[in-house]
Amino acid sequence: MDYNWNWSVLLEEQYLDWLISGFGWTIAVALSAWCIAIVIGALVGVGRTVPNRLISTLCTAYVELFRNIPLLVQMFIWYFAVPEMVPEDMGRWMKRDMPNPEFVTAVVALGLYTASRIAEQVRAGIETVPPGLSAAGKAHGLSLSQIYRYILLPISFRLIVPPLTSEFLTVFKNSSLALTIGLLELTAQSQQIAEYTFQGFEAFTAATVIYVCIALLATVIMILLEKYTRIPGYVGKEG
Amino acid sequence: MADFDFNVVWSSLPFLWEGLQLSLWLTFLSIIGGIVLGTLLALARLSGIAPLALLAATYVNLLRSVPLILVIFWFFFLVPLVIGRPIGSFYSALIAFVMFEAAYYSEIMRAGIQSVRKGQVHAGQSTGLGYWQIQRYIVLPQAFRNMIPILVTQGIILFQDTSLVFVVSLRDFMTASSIVARTEGRLVEMYLFAAVVYFIICFSGSMLVRSLKNRMAT
Repeated sequence: MDYNWNWSVLLEEQYLDWLISGFGWTIAVALSAWCIAIVIGALVGVGRTVPNRLISTLCTAYVELFRNIPLLVQMFIWYFAVPEMVPEDMGRWMKRDMPNPEFVTAVVALGLYTASRIAEQVRAGIETVPPGLSAAGKAHGLSLSQIYRYILLPISFRLIVPPLTSEFLTVFKNSSLALTIGLLELTAQSQQIAEYTFQGFEAFTAATVIYVCIALLATVIMILLEKYTRIPGYVGKEG
Repeated sequence: MADFDFNVVWSSLPFLWEGLQLSLWLTFLSIIGGIVLGTLLALARLSGIAPLALLAATYVNLLRSVPLILVIFWFFFLVPLVIGRPIGSFYSALIAFVMFEAAYYSEIMRAGIQSVRKGQVHAGQSTGLGYWQIQRYIVLPQAFRNMIPILVTQGIILFQDTSLVFVVSLRDFMTASSIVARTEGRLVEMYLFAAVVYFIICFSGSMLVRSLKNRMAT
């Protein structure tokens, strides 16, 4: 192996700035997409379990559609195809006047994609709640929405915190796909530093270390959250 | 929708088919390599030899906390440096995918190995089989069998992941679609077509998983 080490390149002002700005975009894309994903994922996941054929079919279709198309293709469709397919005025606005088009598109694409994965977790969580509980609710004369509001959702949301941890980590990793539509997030910046300086080893190591730190931090947060939300003495099906 | 022209798909089919073959071939080889390396990593983690288990666990957790694109960049940079000469982007990509997916397959195989009851291992020991014989004839066949649905699901994810070779311009189905899209100026048609093709393949795959699960449950 023939390689000139030069770790100090990472501290040169220009490249350090690139790394910091890339880190910022990664966090911004991931957290914004996560907010969209949680809201839509919860709605779609609940929708799959309700006793209404139309709603549950639509929600199932959503999950299958977004899960079975690679995120990269979805990213391109949102970025290149959707502005051509919507009414002309809106398309023109999306192409010319929308602020930060790469960022907005990446957040929407990543958010809706992650929502389909969260929806699966939410559905699984609701189905894990023993059927006797909602039957008991029914026997008490609760309406369907009351059963969801007071029995199914409080239990299932607390049950699915552990599986959501890995989704939360995944959203940071998947935010790197934003580079394909030109957003200079962390991975893109490290690649750019590698190209400018020929110090690929140092540049990619820096990015790797930052991603590992993000993963560790996110895991710690989620472990605390898990402790806080665990239902004492509750043993679900997966126990 | 009036000015969309889907003829572009028809006229570029041979080119796209070549790309799709590369995607499928890359997926197939990465699944094989990923399962083999992943199984070795899982065995290392469960071996009871502390340094070996720690090393395997570190590898798995490291690879699982970085994005695949970064791993692809890493290997496109490292492989020629280590080997001393460029070996072509297909093999660099293949190495990156095997190394990356092995981390995920090892977690699946670890769960699979742990799903085999201890009594089976003890039975092997009492009939005088050695460690590798027990793994080869008793534990791994059952672990594979129990994990088939999840292994296939991971294969579908891997197939979707291969689209990311776009970032290094390796001409898979995604890159081929994008080349046609740009040269013909037909972005909408080509990306929608790519979405349909990926959807059909991946949806069929998840149907297969469902029927496998049902068959195994009975």
